[in-house]
This record gives sequence, structure tokens and C-alpha cells, in this order.
Amino acid sequence: MARLIEYREALREGLDEELAHDDKVVIIGEEVAQYNGAYKVTEGLWKKWGDKRVVDAPISEAGFIGMGIGASMLGVRPVMELMFFSFAYVAFDQMMNNAATCRYMSGGLINVPIVVRGPANGGTNVGATHSHTPENIFANMPGLKVVSPSNAYDAKGLIKTAIRDNVPVYFMESTVLYGQKWEVPENSELPGGELLIPLGKADIKRTGSDISLIGHGRAVITCLEAAERLAAEHNISAEVVDLRSIRPLDEETILDSVRKTGRAIYVEENKPFCGVGAQIASMIQERVFDYLDAPVLRITSIDSPAIYSPPIEKHQLPTADGVIAKVLSIC
Amino acid sequence: MATKSKKGEAKSSYADEPINKSLSKDDKIELLRQMVRVRRFEQTALTEFQNSKMGGFLHLYIGQESVSCGTISILGKHDHIITAYRCHSHALNVGMSMNECMAELFGKRTGCSKGKGGSMHFFAPDKNYWGGHGIVAGQTPLGTGLAYGVKYLGQKGSCLCFLGDGAVNQGAFHESLNLAQLWELPVIYIIENNGYSMGTSQARSSAHPIGGLALRAEGYNMAWDQINGVDLYEVRAKTKLALDRAHNESKPTLLEIFTYRHKGHSIADANADKYRTKEEIQRYMREHDPVTNFKETLINEGIIEEDNYKEIAKAAGEEAEAAAKFADESPYPDPSEMTDDIYWEVDNNTEAGRTGRHFFH
Repeated sequence: MARLIEYREALREGLDEELAHDDKVVIIGEEVAQYNGAYKVTEGLWKKWGDKRVVDAPISEAGFIGMGIGASMLGVRPVMELMFFSFAYVAFDQMMNNAATCRYMSGGLINVPIVVRGPANGGTNVGATHSHTPENIFANMPGLKVVSPSNAYDAKGLIKTAIRDNVPVYFMESTVLYGQKWEVPENSELPGGELLIPLGKADIKRTGSDISLIGHGRAVITCLEAAERLAAEHNISAEVVDLRSIRPLDEETILDSVRKTGRAIYVEENKPFCGVGAQIASMIQERVFDYLDAPVLRITSIDSPAIYSPPIEKHQLPTADGVIAKVLSIC
Repeated sequence: MATKSKKGEAKSSYADEPINKSLSKDDKIELLRQMVRVRRFEQTALTEFQNSKMGGFLHLYIGQESVSCGTISILGKHDHIITAYRCHSHALNVGMSMNECMAELFGKRTGCSKGKGGSMHFFAPDKNYWGGHGIVAGQTPLGTGLAYGVKYLGQKGSCLCFLGDGAVNQGAFHESLNLAQLWELPVIYIIENNGYSMGTSQARSSAHPIGGLALRAEGYNMAWDQINGVDLYEVRAKTKLALDRAHNESKPTLLEIFTYRHKGHSIADANADKYRTKEEIQRYMREHDPVTNFKETLINEGIIEEDNYKEIAKAAGEEAEAAAKFADESPYPDPSEMTDDIYWEVDNNTEAGRTGRHFFH
């Protein structure tokens, strides 16, 4: 029986292994140490690694994220937790102007090997300020990498790779997924002894022949649920493609899938305007237009700030029902 | 504010401080030469800007030379420097060449940032110089982080984090002060107080204790000091105290150095002599010029004569002219180089750099 662990445990294992792998790795964030993490991702790490490696920061995102960027220029590898990725907006100047451009403006002389990670999702009734999904905003900036794992296995393999990467990686998780379990092998079961997933490599989460459902983050889980029901209830075979990393982007896996199915829908919890799906839809029509049997569609969050009202917020984000309805409109 | 120093009367009460007393005659001449080189570089840059050899902004350091020259002159192996956009002087003082700096202004491939940074973004990490940053106070968390890095790596060092008096009202600066004192980081924040945040005077922009901006450090229980920037010896002596605090106690300091810029905020500052009276500008140029002051000091000490100064100035001018010629004759970057120096993995053609698409044009 393969081992099942929570998404947050998988992240924790990844962080723990990288703390062991490189003594330059330091975890910094609000409540990450003595409090054990607001969402318990870092639980136990301070006790194991001590004050130098796991550091509680004051509520001061611009200050401590910028500080991490400065330290990374000297070769330290800070892994910064944002309690919510929404708080990136408090540190926006540091994350965009400094982390993303220092290498370029120095003609390649400076590296910023920093990871900023935290949950970037709506759907938890915490209102607009705590529900932002800024993956499209950061992926817009050359110099940054943006990762959004949909499950525990990917979360562990991607966080380890992100920490070893030499440019800033913004790593966007989901509080809704933190407590869910997936199969994640023990290191002893792995050929290389550890789980490393390259950035820029998409993953076919389910094979199919009639339509490609493409997405990132939790939307992939929604797509998988929809795909099961499409098969059972409508005899439609949907393929589910998980980007895993938004920038760099694995275009070929997406294009191969669409060449096979002839139909594509991008599903994301992001807002529609200039969303990740807009980029993917543009790419698909440009590169494999002749293979398409239907227009490329997108399913996104309803285009309003995140609403608080619990029963109503359920309708704001993509649902399996919504995906199925959209699929049926073109299949 | 600044101590008056009339021609022939320059005498610093800090001349006999150990950090200054240990200077040889040649050391002192070199300090003067460093300041003169900055001034000539900036004057030449201004001329070339007017000759349409460069675009964008040009923030000149003329009048403030003693600040970067004096502070940087006492640094050691693990002491780092970061500043804002008025960054040419710091670059020259850490040992960057006039050629690479001038070529950067001209947007040439031979520039220190290959023409990708421009006037506000000079860097030389091999000389512990981390920029050159365009956003007011945006560099202050980075400087805090450089000090964090020094401490994390177990080095006896520091970071001098320069900022202007216009930066003291940005939140990032206050967050930096809090983190630095809270975590006992060896960082020295240096407010180069030239009295104006662009066109707005200190009185119109900053609420602060009667004693000055440096006293804001009290709110963070941080050590602070104030320095007459006209006096190079005072800059060195008082910065040394802060450096010792960083090295020996791993504690931060907030320094406020009073200085004055002779030119506008940038070349684009059309009101440089409107928000300041002509009389004020002329008085500072006449009575509070750090280069003139240190020249007079060395003449009074019997180290140089007027003719020696003229030789130094002439050589610095020739070096700047040669740098302008070098810059002018250098090639621009090729458009194909626009997407180099963004992703390390792509530049180094690693497997990660070859995995997935990184650019979307």
C-alpha cells in the first residue's frame, strides 16, 4: 500500500529535506517557527532545526521579503512564507522591482535564489483581501518563475526543485488542498532517493481522447472530478493536463494533447482578464489551429472580488458542474 | 547645519581621530583624488547628457562627494554597500572604472550592466557593491538582507545602506529599521541628507524630533549619529564608530550626514533653482563644498599645494574625457542580447534552462 500524506506534510518533507541538503537554506515567515505555521506547513521544523534555520518574522512583508532578497544575493537561500499570498501585494515592490530585475539590471552579475511560498486561493470565506490568485500577475514578469502544485506529490517534488533554482520562484499553494491526502512515495522507494520534479514540465493527470481540460493548482482537481463524471454520465473521454509550473511553461505537452483531442478548455481559479488561460488559449490557436474542432474556451473565477458569503462563494470558483456544462457545449 | 569653512581656515576637530591620524600623506592625497574623480566624472556625464549621448535620468552627486568617499574609504573585506539611484560616486569609490560607468550611461555593451541598467543601476558584486536602485527606499530592505547574509554566513562585516532624506518616509525603510534592531543586524543606514526630496524640502516632507531625522532611530532603540558631511575627517571618524558597532556587537546604526547637491534632483529637474534660492545654492558651493574643504585642509597640513590640486583635477578630467570617448566608441548591445541575463538556468544552458518555455515574445 503506497503511503498517503497530506499536501502540507508533503511540503514539510520537502522543506525538511532541503534544510538538510543545504545549510544556506533558511525558512523565514510570520509564525513559521514557534507557532508551527499558521497552516502547519512548517510544523516541527523549528524544534528540529533551531533559531538560525527557521525564523519567525514580524508582520512586515515588505521588510522581511526584501531582506530575504538581499540575503539571497550573498548566497543565502531563503524560503519565505507568506501566510497568504495575498500579502505579496504588501511586498510588491520588493518582489517585482528587486527580486525580478536585479539579475537583469546588473547584466547577469547578481542572482536572487529565493523562494516565496504560501497559499493563493479563494473559496474559504475570508473575503477579498485574503483570497487573491496572483499567479498571472507574477508570471507576467520575466525573471520570475511561478509554480502552482495541484496535489501532495507535485508539491513535494516542486518545492525541492524551486529551492535549488537560482532565480526567484513564487510558489502558490492552496489552503483547501493542505489537508487532502495523496500518494507520495518514501524516498527509499524512489530511484534517485528523492523526489525532484523539474519546473517547466506539465503532467497528464488523466488520459483522454475527446477534449483537453487544462489547468493549474486546485482547478486540476476540479477537472479530474469533471472528467470522471463526463466518462460515466456522458461517455466523453477528457484528458486532464496539469501545468504544474506556469512559468516556465511546458507548451509541447499542452499542444500534443490538443492535437490528439481537438478541443480544449482552460480551467483556473484566477480571474479571467489576462489570466493564465488567456495566454494558453492564444498559444493553442496560434500553434495548432488546424487541429481544433471547436473554439478554445476558458473557465475562471466569476469576475468580481472574492465574495464573503459562504454559500455564494461556492459559485464564484470553477465547479465540476460548470466544467461539465462547458464541455457539453462543444462536445 | 554644515560647518562653515572659509578659504584657508579649514580645520577639522576630527583630524586627530585614530582613523584619520593613521592616514599617510599619500592616503590623504588619494582621498582627495577620489572625490575629484567623482566630480569630474559627473561633470563630464552632464556634458555628454547635454550632447544627447544618453537617455533617461541623470542624478548627479556633485556636492556630496565626501559622503560616499569618506564612508567607503574605511571598509574591509566583508563590508558591503548598497544605495539608491544617485549611485555613481559609490561605484567609483569601490573601484569601478570610469570607462564601465560612463559606458553604462551611454547604454553600451561595455557598461557595467551591459547597458541594461542605466544611470540608476550600477552594480559590482565582486567589489561588494550591490547597486544602484531606482525606487526610493526600495534598497533599504535589501541592505538589511545583505547584513543578514553577513551574519548568517558568520562573517565579521557589515552593510552600508545609503538612502536620501526623501526615503525616510517610506514604509520599507521603517520596516528595515525594526528588523535590523530586532535581529541585531550589522547594517549602517546612512541618510545622505541634502535637504530636499526632489523639490520638497525636509520641512515640507518629514515630521521628526527637533534634533533631526536620525533621532527617529530612538523609536527603534537604535544607535544614531549626525555628521557634518562637508568634513571628510568627520565622516570617516563617526562612520568608524558605527562600523565598530556592526563588527564587534553586530548592531545597527542610523547615521544622518548633512550634505548638499549643487545640481537639481536630476538633469530633468527644471526647478532646481526655484525651490532653492540662488543665494542658498551659491552659499553652499562657496562655503560648504567638501572637495574645496578637503583641498584646503591638505594645503593647511602642508601636504599639497594649489598646483598639486590642479594636477589632480586635470588628470581626473582627462580620465573622464577618455571614459566618454571609450563609451562613445563602444558598441550598443545587440537586440538579441535583450533576453540574456534574466534566467540563470537559460543563460547557462542547464537542463532546467532547456525545460519549458521561458520567454513569450
